[in-house]
Amino acid sequence: MDAYALSPRSGSRAVRLLLGAAALAVLGLFLVVPLAAVFAEAFRNGAAAYLASVRHPDALAALRLTLLVAAIAVPLNVAFGLAAGWALGKFRFPGRSVLLALVDLPFAVSPVVAGMVLVLVFGRTGLLGPWLAAHAFPVVFAVPGIVLATVFVTFPFVARELVPLMQATGSEEEEAARVLGAGFLTTFLRVTLPNVKWALLYGTILCTARAVGEFGAVSVVSGHIRGRTNTLPLHVEVLYDEYDFQGAFAVATLLTGVALVTLVLQALLGRRRREERR
Amino acid sequence: MKRPAVEPRILPGFGPALGFTLLWLSVVVLAPLAALVLSALRMPPAEIARIVAAPRVAASIRLTFGLALASAAVAALLGLLLAWVLVRHRLPGRRLLDALIDLPFALPTAVAGIALTTLYAPNGWLGRPLAALGVPVAFTPLGIGVALVFLGIPFAVRTLEPVLESLDPEVEDAATSLGATAGQTFRRVLFPELLPALATGFSLAFARGLGEYGSVVFISGNMPMRTEVAPLLIMTRLEQYDYAGATALAAVLLVASFLLLLAVNRLQAWGVGPAARG
Repeated sequence: MDAYALSPRSGSRAVRLLLGAAALAVLGLFLVVPLAAVFAEAFRNGAAAYLASVRHPDALAALRLTLLVAAIAVPLNVAFGLAAGWALGKFRFPGRSVLLALVDLPFAVSPVVAGMVLVLVFGRTGLLGPWLAAHAFPVVFAVPGIVLATVFVTFPFVARELVPLMQATGSEEEEAARVLGAGFLTTFLRVTLPNVKWALLYGTILCTARAVGEFGAVSVVSGHIRGRTNTLPLHVEVLYDEYDFQGAFAVATLLTGVALVTLVLQALLGRRRREERR
Repeated sequence: MKRPAVEPRILPGFGPALGFTLLWLSVVVLAPLAALVLSALRMPPAEIARIVAAPRVAASIRLTFGLALASAAVAALLGLLLAWVLVRHRLPGRRLLDALIDLPFALPTAVAGIALTTLYAPNGWLGRPLAALGVPVAFTPLGIGVALVFLGIPFAVRTLEPVLESLDPEVEDAATSLGATAGQTFRRVLFPELLPALATGFSLAFARGLGEYGSVVFISGNMPMRTEVAPLLIMTRLEQYDYAGATALAAVLLVASFLLLLAVNRLQAWGVGPAARG
């Protein structure tokens, strides 16, 4: 890094200063100021008003639902990520690259379209709608729909961390364990998992952050029933639309807190994860 | 004692892992998307054309594609500036600033949406001075653009950073020692190396911008013909139980996402070497 500071290739001092100042201005304007605005608005009427907004029964119900949805969606996608990592990372077979592209597909689909396809399948007029209605198991405008939408949008996070890593580490160590007599479970738990643990944790954190914060897809399938199908991001929208700006930002600080913790963990885990990749 | 010969394929678990991967992928992602494709195919093509050509829908498609394109270009340029300064300048607190780049990924879109709207509203911290200059931002297409640039920046920075880090400084030294100016070195030596990553970051930001809902819905003001983006119009159609209208528009977005996903795959093949690590 020092080499750059001395070398002519990094341009003249004036250019360097100008670029540095411009970069800091962009960072400040686009990233720091919005972050500061969330907290400034949340505490605009003082700490008591902030606490009242956060402790409101509707906010607590939304918090509980958000945690419940994440607690179901994240383990499902972690299990999927491990299976995909094993099948697509450790083995070569025809159609593998197509499968890899399909795993990433949910990232390319608009969240609104993701929610909409669930309505098309599970909604009142959908393919499975009549059957679900007959068995009194509502999916759309109910918690199962919110879980499905969340699973859809967080689908690739763990798999896309694990597949390239498991591919890079190869399978010699696992084969050695097998030859020495270890069973599948022992091999997996004692050899494979320790090799990928930081990437697994990294992917799980990203998956959790997105599961907690998803808005568009969940918005389509939730029906916005207060206290019942409102997640935290939806509750923020409801409060904002009712012109309770301070309340909306107070609830938003909870989500912003999750985002900031995610960024810190990403920074801390990032280096270990890169070392694992070598 | 003679050991039994080791099978060439001694790693177990391929069948179950692949089976679970395929099952979960089909249930969560492929089946719902297939439902959308099928219901779009069941509609007569003339009907789809009529829906898409209706003035309000055509206006939203033009707005969405135009703004996503322009914002992705701006995000790519700002991302180049940020990646350059983060990699080549020894800024104090570099790790903190680098972690902050991912904020738009980590922050729930609804929170970003209300924060940007409050900032750029006519009475906001940034909106008031801008309005005084005769540049209203919130509730105009420009406001949507600001939100999309915010979201696009990390795509550009994260695809460019590894390429900038892996560039061999000696190549630039060689150019300089052969008499190239800083500008020539950048244009003729650096820029061609960065172009695949720049194009990848641009395409990812473009794809994200096309489908974005949460951060746009608040700042746009949602005026039909003027600031109504396509994902929002899909939402409106769904709320009116106009499934044909929603399906036609969703199909347009889905096809665009597919093409962009293909383009990104091609770009990553083009940038074989440093950029492919991304």
